[in-house]
Amino acid sequence: MARLPVPVVDLVKRFGPHAQREPAGGWSTRGEPDRLVKTHCCFCGQQCGIQLKVKADKVIGFEPWEDFPFNQGKLCPKGVKRYLQDASPDRLLSPLERVEGEGFREIAWDAALDRVAGEIRRIQGQHGPDAFAVLTGASLTNEKAYLMGKFARVAVRTANIDYNGRLCMVSAGAASKKVFGIDRSANPWSDIPKAEAILVAGSNVAECAPITTEYLWQARENGAKLIVLDPRLTPIARTVDLFIPVRPGGDIGVFNAMLHVMIERGWIDRRFLAEHTTGWETVEETVRRYTPEVGARIAGVPPALIVKAAEIWGPAHSSFLLHARGIEHHTKGVENCLAALNIVLATGRIGREGCGYAMITGQGNGQGAREQGQKCDQLPGSRDIENPEHRRTIAEVWGVPEPSIPRKGLSAVPLVEAIHDGRIKGLLLICFNPMVSLPDQRFVGEALERLEHFTVIDFFLSETAHFADVVLPGSLMEEDEGTTTNVEGRVIHHRRAVPPPAGAREDWRIICDLAARLGAGDKFAYRDTRAIFEELRVASRGGISDYSGITWERIDAEKGVFWPCPSIDHPGTPRLYEGPRFGHPDGKAHLHAVEWRPAAEEPDQEYPVILTTGRVVAHYLSGTQTRRIGGLVDQTPEPYCEIHPRLAARHGIAKDDFVKVESRRGAVIVRALVTTTIRPDTVFVPYHWPLTRAANRCTNRAIDPVSNIPEFKVCAVRLSRAERPDDAIARLAPEAGGVR
Amino acid sequence: MAELAFFIDYSRCIGCRACVQACEECDTHRGRSMIHLEVIERDDSVQTAPQVCMHCKDPICARVCPADAIKQTPDGVTQSALKPRCIGCSNCVVACPFGVPRYYADIDQMMKCDYCYDRTSVGKRPMCATVCPSQALAFTTLEEIQRTRRGKPVARFTFGEEAVETKVFVVVPEGTRDLRPSLVQIGAGSEREAPHPSYDVADLLEQT
Repeated sequence: MARLPVPVVDLVKRFGPHAQREPAGGWSTRGEPDRLVKTHCCFCGQQCGIQLKVKADKVIGFEPWEDFPFNQGKLCPKGVKRYLQDASPDRLLSPLERVEGEGFREIAWDAALDRVAGEIRRIQGQHGPDAFAVLTGASLTNEKAYLMGKFARVAVRTANIDYNGRLCMVSAGAASKKVFGIDRSANPWSDIPKAEAILVAGSNVAECAPITTEYLWQARENGAKLIVLDPRLTPIARTVDLFIPVRPGGDIGVFNAMLHVMIERGWIDRRFLAEHTTGWETVEETVRRYTPEVGARIAGVPPALIVKAAEIWGPAHSSFLLHARGIEHHTKGVENCLAALNIVLATGRIGREGCGYAMITGQGNGQGAREQGQKCDQLPGSRDIENPEHRRTIAEVWGVPEPSIPRKGLSAVPLVEAIHDGRIKGLLLICFNPMVSLPDQRFVGEALERLEHFTVIDFFLSETAHFADVVLPGSLMEEDEGTTTNVEGRVIHHRRAVPPPAGAREDWRIICDLAARLGAGDKFAYRDTRAIFEELRVASRGGISDYSGITWERIDAEKGVFWPCPSIDHPGTPRLYEGPRFGHPDGKAHLHAVEWRPAAEEPDQEYPVILTTGRVVAHYLSGTQTRRIGGLVDQTPEPYCEIHPRLAARHGIAKDDFVKVESRRGAVIVRALVTTTIRPDTVFVPYHWPLTRAANRCTNRAIDPVSNIPEFKVCAVRLSRAERPDDAIARLAPEAGGVR
Repeated sequence: MAELAFFIDYSRCIGCRACVQACEECDTHRGRSMIHLEVIERDDSVQTAPQVCMHCKDPICARVCPADAIKQTPDGVTQSALKPRCIGCSNCVVACPFGVPRYYADIDQMMKCDYCYDRTSVGKRPMCATVCPSQALAFTTLEEIQRTRRGKPVARFTFGEEAVETKVFVVVPEGTRDLRPSLVQIGAGSEREAPHPSYDVADLLEQT
C-alpha cells in the first residue's frame, strides 16, 4: 500500500523541503569552533577536501583545506554551503509509518525494524525471493555500498538490487571495460595541464565538475588548445579554442568524422595500433564513410568545425579526453563513448604523462559505489556475478555456499518496470530519489503505488519517501566514518564530524539490524565501518578494483591512495595503462567500430523540438539535500527552460514567460530563459526539482541495451506559452516544486 | 617570502558564485556577501564577472565621504564605513568607478569588500579567492602569476582623465597596453558599439 497517505501539500508542510539559511544557532552566535574536521564534500564525484567547523557536536561552518592536493582549498557553492544541512529543521528523528488520511506517525525503532523484516519475508514467502527488491545509491561510502550488495544477496537473498549509478556512470563504465578491461578514469587530474590538446565531450564542467575548470585553464595557460562538444554554449565553451554546438545525440558524427580526417592527414599512430590494440581495421573501414560532410549532417554542425577539431587533436603530441553524461545519457551511450575512445587510441596517446582520458564521475562516490557489488550484475572488486570463479571467491569471503548467491538481477529501469507490472511487490530503498531522478515520472509514481510494501532509509523525507510504508531515519555523510573513491580513482577518507542526532541512526547500523532480523546476524556482526572496510579489502583482493593494500592510515598519510593497490607496500596506481599494458588478458586495448543510429525518440511534426536535461551548479542530483540549503535555493530557486530567441519567437514566448514543455509522457511548466547560447532546435531544463516542476515528467525511459542508462539527453517535446500556474503545488515554495 | 596579492582574471570566470557564497561565510560578514558577481548579458552570453574591491591606492570612496567614515589600513586595505560615522549618504556608492560599495538600509551603513582583513592580516587567504574553482580570483604572489599565466597583471586604470592605481591586479590578455574602461549602459543601445563577440549558437551553425 504505497500511496501518499495525505495530499503532497500536507507532507511538504511538515517535512519540507524548507530552505535553511543560517548555521545552527544563527550567524551572530556562531563563534569559534571546538575543532576542525578534515573530510570531503558529500556532493559530486570530485570529492573536494574540506574542513568542517564543529562546535558542541553541530557542524557550524567550513574552512578550506588547502593542503588536499586535488582541490587545494577550492570549492563550488555546494561545498561552501553543505554544512547548513546539519541545521535543517526537516531532519527525520524517528522511524515513521504511513497512516492513511493522517500522514506519517512516529514509531519505535524495534517495531519499525520488525515490521520491515516481516514484510520482506512475507512477500518473499508468497511471491518468491526476487519479488522483494533493493535500490541503492552512488552517494553511499564504499563501506555502505559493499554492505548493501552483501545485504541483498546474503540477508534478503534477492537477485534484484541495483543503484542510481545506473543513471550516471554505467555507459562510461561499460565502454571503458570493453576497450580497456578496467572501469576507471585512466589518468589522475594532474595530467590534464600537461596535455597539448583537450577535448571535453558532453560535460558542462563549470557547473557539474567546477573544480576541474582550473585544471583546464592551467592547460590553456601552458599552451593547450581546448575543444568543447555541447549543444549549449556552457561557461567553459565561451572562451575555448573550438566550440562545436553538436545536436543532442549527434556525437558519433563528430568523433567518426574527426577520425576520418585524421586518417586522411596521416595523424594516426599505426605502430601503436598494431602492437597494442585489436579492432583497428574495422574502425578504419567504418569511418571511411564518415566524411566531414556525413559527420556534420549527423551532428547538425558545419563540416568545417569537425575538420578544425581534427586539426587540433590529430597532430598534438599529448592529449586528454574528458567525457560525461552529455554523450552517455543516450540509448547509444556506450557507443558514443566507444567512438570517443577510438580517437584517443588512434593517436596512441594514453598511459603516459599528459596523455589519456577520463570520464567525469557525477555522484559523490560514483566511482567507488560501482565497484563494491551493489550493481545488479556485479560482486565486490568489480567482479562479475555470472563468473563462477568470481562467485566462489566472494562466497568464501562471505562464508556462504556459492549457489546461495543469486544470479544477475534487474537494473534500475527494468526493475521499476517489474514493480509496475507486478513481478516485484516489495522494495527497500536507500540514497535514491526516483520521484525526481528517473525518467517518465508518471510511470514511476504508478509503479510505487503498486508496491505491497515500501521502506525508505533517508535523512530527509524525499519525494520518493512520500510513498513509503515505513521510513527509517539514516545518517548524513558527516555523521559516519568511511571512504569514497573520487573521479580519479583515488580512495579518500570521510571523517565523522558529528554523531547522528538523537533518533536517527548510522545507515550501516540500520542495515545490520535488519540483517539480524532476517537471520543473517552472524554475517553482519561489524563493530564499526572500519571492520566493513577491512572485509571489503579482502573481498577486492585479486579483483580489478583491488583495494587490498589500502588502509585508512595510508589514505590519511598519503592524502588518498589510487586503486589498484594490491599490497601494503604498493604505491597505488594514479595512472593506468603505462607501458602500455591494458586491462584485458591479452594486454591490448580493444577498439570497437561504431555506426551512428538515431535516438529512441527523435523530434517529428507533432513534437518538433529536442529536450535535453542536466544539472545546475547550485544543486546536486534530486535536490533532496540542496533544495534544503538556503544559499543554494536562492542561487537557483526553480527550473527554467533555456530556449533560443528564434525558437521562442516562433511560439510567441518572451523572456520570463511561463512555457509548457510537453512530451508524449508528460509536461512541465517553467519560466523561459531566452538566450542565444543554445541550439535553436533544442531546449534545456535542469532536473533537480519534483512534482510538476520535474523535467523527468517529459523524459523517455528508453535505455541503452548494454549499460541500461536512460536517454535523459534526447526526447521530443512541443512548446507553448503558458499562464503562470496557480494550483496548490505551484503555490508551494520553489524548493518544494512551486513557482516564485 | 614574497608578498601575496589579489588577482582577477575575468576570462576564467564560470559564474558559479562560489565566491559569493563563501564571502557570506567569512566570520565578520555574518551572512552578508561583499563580493559582486555580475551576469553581463545572459540573453546572449554566459559571461560573468566577479568584482571585489580593487583597494585603490588613493581611494575615491574615502575622498568623497563627507563623514570621513571610510578608512584605509596602513597596508592599503580600504575598509567598510565606520558604523558610528557613516551617515548613509551613498556618495561612495556613486563615486566608486568599480561599483563596489553598497549601502544597506537595514543597518544604515555602507559595507564593502575588505580584502578579508580578518583573514589576510593573519596570513590566511581571502575566502573568495581560496574557494574559486576557476581561479578567476587568485591570491598568490606576482611571481607565481607571471610564471603560470599568459596574461599580464595590471593595477592601473584610466577613467577618462583620471588614473587610478589599485592594490588588486586584473589579469589582461598579453599585448594589452593600458586599461581605459568606458561606461556602457546595458539596454540603452550604446552596448552595440562596444566590442562584442558573438555568442549566438545559431550564427555558429550557419558558418561555412
